[in-house]
Formats: sequence, structure tokens, C-alpha cells
Amino acid sequence: MDSRSTLDAVFAALADPTRRAILARLAKGEATVNELTEPFEMTQPAISQHLKVLEDAGLVIRRVEGTRRPRRLAKNGIDAMDQWLAMLRKALEKNYDRLDTLLATMEAPKKGKFQ
Amino acid sequence: MSKMTLKTEGDKHVLVTRHFAAPPEAVYRAHTDPKLIQKWLLGPEGWTMPVCISEAKPGGKIRYEWSDGKGQGFFLTGEYLELEPFRRIVHVERMHLPDPTPDNHVETRFDVDSGGTLMTMRMTLPDAQTRAAMLATGMEHGMEASYQRLETMIWVAA
Repeated sequence: MDSRSTLDAVFAALADPTRRAILARLAKGEATVNELTEPFEMTQPAISQHLKVLEDAGLVIRRVEGTRRPRRLAKNGIDAMDQWLAMLRKALEKNYDRLDTLLATMEAPKKGKFQ
Repeated sequence: MSKMTLKTEGDKHVLVTRHFAAPPEAVYRAHTDPKLIQKWLLGPEGWTMPVCISEAKPGGKIRYEWSDGKGQGFFLTGEYLELEPFRRIVHVERMHLPDPTPDNHVETRFDVDSGGTLMTMRMTLPDAQTRAAMLATGMEHGMEASYQRLETMIWVAA
């Protein structure tokens, strides 16, 4: 992550559910456009377009192997996925901190009030 | 002070555990009584839950609506499948963004643990892609309030 524009590109790339799903697929190993097209029920040009956004954002890397162009997750892509988990963790932690506060104010439950 | 753990398990599961300094009865109530849910299940700072329906019985409906007070919002619907008062809840839920996400099957257990409660929440998603998308959604909704914090984190980590 070396500039503000890179950061913006990463967020823009992650904003689309198909692109997040592509990242999730690539997290399991590299794949060609054809291999990526199959599970997503989208046209090849549509998948290629998504891959271009991911590549421009530095999340996905393309390798040349004869006529094949397999894609894999870049280091930034792996970091971005870790970031997802970190953000979910943060939102949940905030909820549970609030719950701690709430529990501290609750009286002992009256029997039978809640079934 | 963070006692929460969050981890993925296999291809389809997410496991969350958290200790609470309160008995299982209280933690269970806070997860099923709509008036209590509205006080804590809010996500980022500034969000509220103006609508909370929680019919805590098998087949009972769940509907949570969140708002950021600035016109942005989303909602979640679900159904309770099993309830063992103050020990265990099984329900399904889905987010509406506005299209519904695939069902998330959730088992929540409340076990007595060193003077309090150990909550264990086990989510089961249909597949790995859905799980990745769900985790990503968590990020999106955290993003509004946490953008700057996240930015700082990334810059510090870089």
C-alpha cells in the first residue's frame, strides 16, 4: 500500500460481491478466467472485467504459462481478506462491549418471565 | 480486555466465542428480548436499530432494521428454529442489502463459565464463497464509521 489512490482502488475493488467471491476462490489456489467463469454463472468478459479491477488494485496477479494466464492472490489481496475479518471482529467486539454494559445494569431474571 | 475470538472453521463455518461476566439467563435474555437486543446489537458507532422483532419461540420471526440516522440502512430477517431457555438458540438469518444473502444457520450456546457465561456462536454458510462474502459484508458496514481507523491501521501496518 504505497499511496492513497491504491487504497481507494482496494476499497472500490472490494465493494463488489462478485469480486469478493473471486478473491475467496483465488484464496484456495490460482485459476484461469475459464475456471473462474464456471462457478459464477457470468460471461467470460464480465469476469475478465472484474479481474482487471482486482489486478489494477494490486489484489490479483497474472502469470503467463504458455497460452494460459492463471491468476492468483497477491500479497495485498491476502492482506485485504485478513482486513475483512478484522473489521467484522471490530464490529462484533463493539457490540459485545455494549452488551457487557447492558448486562451490568440488568437485574436477575424473574422466573418464568422469559420462556 | 478483549475476550472475543472469531475464526473460520472448515469451508463453511465461522466460530465466535465471548465470555460475559453475567449468568447465562441474562446473556440469553439479551439475545432474545427485542427491547434488550435494541440496546447493543448495533454495529458501528452512530447506528441504531429502530425496528426489532424477536419472537423467541420455534418458528418465531426475527427482523432487525438498522439505520445510520442519515438515510442509510439495511435489515436482517430470520426465523427461530430451536430454543432451550437459557442454554441454546438455533436460528437462521439473512441480510437484505437489499437483495437477500444466502441463509446463515446459527447455533448459539450459553455455558456457565468461571462465574459468568461462555457464549459460543457457530455459523454455517452454504459454501466458502458465501462465507467470504458475509465476512466482507461485515467489513462494509463497519467501514462507514471505521474508515479512518482502518486507514490508520493500514498505513501503520504498511
